[in-house]
Amino acid sequence: MMIVLAAFRRLLVAVGTLIGVAIVVFVLLRVVPGDPIAMMISPGASPSDVAALRSHYGLDGGLLSQFVVWTRYVTHGDFGESISLHRDVLSLVGERLPATLELATAALAFAVFVGGFIAVVGATVRRTWLESLIDAVNGLLLAVPDFVWALALVLVFGVVLPILPLTGRINPSVTAGMKTPFYFVESLLTLRFDVLFDVSRHLVMPVLALGFPLAMVIARVLKGALNEAMAQDYVLLARLKGKSEPRLVLQEALLNAVGPTLALIGVQFTFLVGGTVIVERIFAYPGIGNMAIEAVINRDLPLIQGLVIAFAVIFISVNIAVDLLIALFNPKLRHG
Amino acid sequence: MTEASASVPIASARSGVAARRLRALLAEPKVTIGGGFVLFLITVALLAPWVAPKSPLDQDLMLASLPPRGLAGAESGYYLGTDDLGRDVLSRLIYGSRIALIVAFIAASLAAVAGTALGLLAGWYRGWVDAAISRLVEVWMAFPPVLLSILLVAVLGAGVGSVIAAIAIIDWTRFCRVVRAETMGQAQADYVTAARAIGFPPFRILTREILPNVAPALAALVSLEMGIAVIVEAILSFVGLSVSSDTPTWGGMIAEGRQFIHQSWWVFAAPLAALFATVLALNQLGDGLRRALDPVLRR
Repeated sequence: MMIVLAAFRRLLVAVGTLIGVAIVVFVLLRVVPGDPIAMMISPGASPSDVAALRSHYGLDGGLLSQFVVWTRYVTHGDFGESISLHRDVLSLVGERLPATLELATAALAFAVFVGGFIAVVGATVRRTWLESLIDAVNGLLLAVPDFVWALALVLVFGVVLPILPLTGRINPSVTAGMKTPFYFVESLLTLRFDVLFDVSRHLVMPVLALGFPLAMVIARVLKGALNEAMAQDYVLLARLKGKSEPRLVLQEALLNAVGPTLALIGVQFTFLVGGTVIVERIFAYPGIGNMAIEAVINRDLPLIQGLVIAFAVIFISVNIAVDLLIALFNPKLRHG
Repeated sequence: MTEASASVPIASARSGVAARRLRALLAEPKVTIGGGFVLFLITVALLAPWVAPKSPLDQDLMLASLPPRGLAGAESGYYLGTDDLGRDVLSRLIYGSRIALIVAFIAASLAAVAGTALGLLAGWYRGWVDAAISRLVEVWMAFPPVLLSILLVAVLGAGVGSVIAAIAIIDWTRFCRVVRAETMGQAQADYVTAARAIGFPPFRILTREILPNVAPALAALVSLEMGIAVIVEAILSFVGLSVSSDTPTWGGMIAEGRQFIHQSWWVFAAPLAALFATVLALNQLGDGLRRALDPVLRR
């Protein structure tokens, strides 16, 4: 019962945050110099056409009434039409979103796997020179952001060892017959290995660039939690029963160390999602991040609004999901 | 006892604290190495017109895409080679450090001042003040930072001023959260109770009593924030939203080098290496400051 109530409260806060984001974006974009109608119309439009368009978009009223009009449209799923691409914002975002979701999920999976692996190895060899080495390298790499990782990968796989495609998501020649924009998931489910191979090759560098910083954070925090758990009495008991060190870490300590690490992974994962903006740009990956930069450069206000809200929805969903996961891993919270 | 006579032993006690802190700082290798590199960079940036071997803007198409020294085809005097327009990469790198450092110092300071002020208020007054500020922080953090910075620069117009403003507007939350938590903890301490009992006004308690105790945590944060600012400036230059393209910046150089990466990789690699080293140094410095100044960690 408590968890339902907590989830409901969390949802209310989320809706409040979303409204806050909408207001901030709305106000920010209204102070942009330049008339959005002037950018929309064709050169031969008459003044009455301009006036008609202005009232159609509710731009003839004050800031507050504009916001009311905008909110009414948005709640009916109408985010307006992109000025630069002349298409419905919602469907544009919908087409690009799967690419970003697949990229971010793959990067998260990579980070959890690599970070978890480093943490477990580090905890197994604790209090040896190997642990100090892992800590030192981990500490240094912790400072390297996704932008720098991405560029370093471009240098390595673009110049030194040119084996991976530098840009794009998929080779257009293999997309034939794909029914959804979830290329990776669909090709995996329909066993189209040629598509799967091509998509994976394109994913490697963006996934590494986004995944490495998170992997380093997970490695550090999870290893700390594992070391703490390894000092507990129940681990001593298991050791007296003759369990080997790797087994102690994996079977005894890991489950208890995951809980404290989860909260942090949640926060860091939202950074990862934010990082897709620049990483997609560097690799010309056709997701919503790359689209957002295009939209800003083109001053495409309706598209910017739609994209920022899409990002905010992802952020808030991740936060809720993490809160629920933490509750699942923490019996105290589960029963209130 | 008047305030003047009471402040003499306190002043000497404070200088003792300062000396102890300085010794702790110099004993921390992360501070000396990271800080040393940052000092080196500041010196180079300040002396750019004297240390740069060439003008960063002079083009010479006869000398375009020369490789760095030591590689086949290198020309003497061009230590890191030239770009596709024949401009000296090393000189552009040196001048690029100016923009990076200016943005880092000013943006981090502004973010720190705004965040600290709001954090002190939230931590001291609690109640609705804290609720309002904390909600604001939450909304702020729901934006992807990179997207928000691009959005802000688009709104404010491209340029160094906009880049600085964007970083400060986005990242004050980092300072606010830490200072708020620290202030809440410090407000319970005996010295604050004593200051209250004497009748000091809240402004004085916050600025003269609590702030000095929050300062070590702040120093570390500022250093880390400078690392972030250097990256954000590079990202915005890379996208083409920072200074105009005739001023050399590391991000702009990376973007230009990216187009010719197969012909002249050094134009891409040199600013990337500079960016990497600077961010690493600022992070190590921040980490070192935190370790050296935190009395709990030091023991």
